[in-house]
Amino acid sequence: MIGNILLLSMREIRRNVLRSILTTLGIVIGVAAVIVVVTLGAGTKAQVQTEISKLGSTMLTVFPGQRRRSGAAQSAPPFEIEDVNALRRETVMLSSVAPMSIQRQMVVYGNGNRRSQVVGTDREFVNVRNWDLEAGRLFSAAEEQTGKPVCIIGQTVKTELFKDEPYMGNVLRINKASCEVIGLLEPKGQVMFSGDQDDVVVVPIKYFQRRIAGNTNVDQIYVAALDDSLVDAAQAEVEVIMRERRPSQPGAEDLFSVRGVQEMSTAFQSSTAVMTGFLSAIAAISLLVGGIGIMNIMLVSVTERTREIGIRMAIGAREKEVLLQFLVEAAMLAGLGGLVGIIIGLAGAMALAPLLNVPFIIQPDMMIMAFVFSALVGVVFGYMPARNAARLDPIDALRHE
Amino acid sequence: MVEGDLSAKAHDGPVVSFEHVAKVYGEGEMAVRALDDVSFDIYEGEFVAVMGSSGSGKSTTMNILGCLDTPTHGRYLFRGVDVKTLTRDQRALLRRHYLGFVFQGFNLLSRTTALENLELPLIYRRISKSGRRDMAMEALHAVGLENREHHTAAELSGGQQQRVAIARAMVTSPSLLLADEPTGNLDTARSQEIMELLAKLNAENGLTIVLVTHEEDMAAFAGRRLEFRDGNIVHESKSQAA
Repeated sequence: MIGNILLLSMREIRRNVLRSILTTLGIVIGVAAVIVVVTLGAGTKAQVQTEISKLGSTMLTVFPGQRRRSGAAQSAPPFEIEDVNALRRETVMLSSVAPMSIQRQMVVYGNGNRRSQVVGTDREFVNVRNWDLEAGRLFSAAEEQTGKPVCIIGQTVKTELFKDEPYMGNVLRINKASCEVIGLLEPKGQVMFSGDQDDVVVVPIKYFQRRIAGNTNVDQIYVAALDDSLVDAAQAEVEVIMRERRPSQPGAEDLFSVRGVQEMSTAFQSSTAVMTGFLSAIAAISLLVGGIGIMNIMLVSVTERTREIGIRMAIGAREKEVLLQFLVEAAMLAGLGGLVGIIIGLAGAMALAPLLNVPFIIQPDMMIMAFVFSALVGVVFGYMPARNAARLDPIDALRHE
Repeated sequence: MVEGDLSAKAHDGPVVSFEHVAKVYGEGEMAVRALDDVSFDIYEGEFVAVMGSSGSGKSTTMNILGCLDTPTHGRYLFRGVDVKTLTRDQRALLRRHYLGFVFQGFNLLSRTTALENLELPLIYRRISKSGRRDMAMEALHAVGLENREHHTAAELSGGQQQRVAIARAMVTSPSLLLADEPTGNLDTARSQEIMELLAKLNAENGLTIVLVTHEEDMAAFAGRRLEFRDGNIVHESKSQAA
C-alpha cells in the first residue's frame, strides 16, 4: 500500500511544482544554512587539530601560575634559569627543556621595521618546538653563556624586513640593541590562536634578559615529553620537581601550572560549543518556520482539494489512505526540501571553504540527520491537515465547489 | 472481509434492494424527511433511471445507493449485505470493489492525465502497474478515447471528460454504476452520445446502471424508471427499450 501512496503523493507534488518549491523554501534555506555552517565548522575543527599537531602534541608549557595574598590574585614569582636547569637535570621523561621569554618588540632593519615576537631561549628551542632551521646555525654554548647579540629569524621577518637582500650576517635592531642574524627558521605557518608563528626573532635568553626585558626572569618553560604516550607522566614529573622548587602553603594552589597544547585548544573548543549551540537554535527555528509553512500550504491544499478528496473517497479510498496520502505528501515535500537544502548547503560550503582557508569535510551523519529531521517536520506539521482531509464527509466533499 | 461477504452472494438475488428505506435529516421540529418509505430491487444487468424534481429524494437515494450515506429507517442491502452494519472503512472498500460513480461535474482530477485518472481506482485496488495500464487502456478504448490517454482534463472537451469519467467508473468492472445527472453539464448532442455510450455498456457488457436524471429524453435510454416525488416512488415503469 505504501508504494501506491508514495506514487499518489509524488503525482500530487508533480501536479503543483511551483507551489511545492515555494512551500519547501523555508526548509531548504534552513537546512542549507545548517549544512554550510556545520561543514565549515568541521573544517575549522580539523584545521585546529592540524595546528595542534604542528605545535607538537608532546609539548607542555610551564607557567609561573598565581598566588593569593589576602584574597587578591597575584602572579607568583617568575621562573629563573636555574628552574630550567633543574628540570633538565632531574627529569627522565623529557626529551628537551627550553626557557621561553616572549615580548612583542619593534624590530628594525634599514628603513623597514615591524613589531614582531621576540623570543629569548636557547638551542633546545628547536627540539621542543620540533622546528628546524632552514639556513644558518643555532646559538653556540658560548654565545648562550655570554648572551652574545645573535639572532635566528622567522620567515615573515625575513621577507618583510630583508626582502631580497641577504639576511645572514646583517644586523637587526631590537629595542635599541642590535644583533646579528645567524640563522633562518623553516616556515611554520599560521596558528589559529597564536597568530603568525613565522613573525619571530629568536635570541639567546641571556641577551633577552639583559637587553630587552631588563631582568633575570624566564617567563615560561617549554618541555617536550619523550613520546606521545608519556605526556601525562612527563607532566607529573615536572609537577613533582616544581613543587619541590616552589613550595606553596599547604592546601593552597601550586605556584605554577603545566598546560599541554591540547589544553590550549580547549578554549577554542568551548567557543566552538557555543557556536554549535547557536547553530542548533537557528536550525530549530528555521525548521519550525519551514514546518509551519508546510502546514499552512497543506491546510490550504486540503481545502482546495476537498472535491478531489470526495472523489477519492467515492472511488473507495479509506480514511487511513487519505490521511496517509496527505501525510506522505507533507513528509515528501519536507524531505525533498531537506535534500535540496543539503545539496545547496554542500555547494555553498565547498565554495566558501577555500575562502576561509579551511578544508572541506563532508559529514554524512549530519546530512542523514538533516534529511530525517526535515522529513519528520513534514510528518509533524502535516498531521493536522491530513487528519482534516481524512475526516471529511464524502457527500459534503463531493458537493464542495 | 467485506469482499468475502459480498462475493459469496454474487449470483442470487438483486444487486441492491431498498426495504422501506426512510432518511430523515435533522431532529425534532427541524427534521426533514428526505425519503419517506421507499422499496425497490435492482437486478444485475438492469438500466434504471431514477427521476424526479429537486427535493424529490433522488439525490438521497443516490447517496444511499452509493454507500456514502445510510438510511435512518429500513434496510439497504447491497448484494444481500445490510450496508448500515458496515463501518466507514468497510463501506469505502465496498465502493472500491463494487461501485462506480459518474457525476454531473465529471470530477476528474485536474492537471492529471486521462490515463492517470483511470488508474486511480486501480491503484486503490492495488492492481500491478502493467495490469493497471492494460485495464485503463481497455476502458479508454471502450469509451472511444484511446488516443487521448495523455491529455489532462483541461485539454479535453466536456463530452470527452465525461467519457473519461465513465471509463474511470467502469474500469474496475463494478457491480453497479451510479450516474448522477451525467449529462447535466453537456449540450444535447453530447448528452445523446453519453447516453448512447451508457446504453451500449449496459447492453454489451451487462453493466448494471442506475441513472439519476430529471430529463425525459435521458431517462428514455433506461429500461426501467422510478419516479420520485416528496420522498416516495410515485410511479414505476418499464420502457420499450429494455
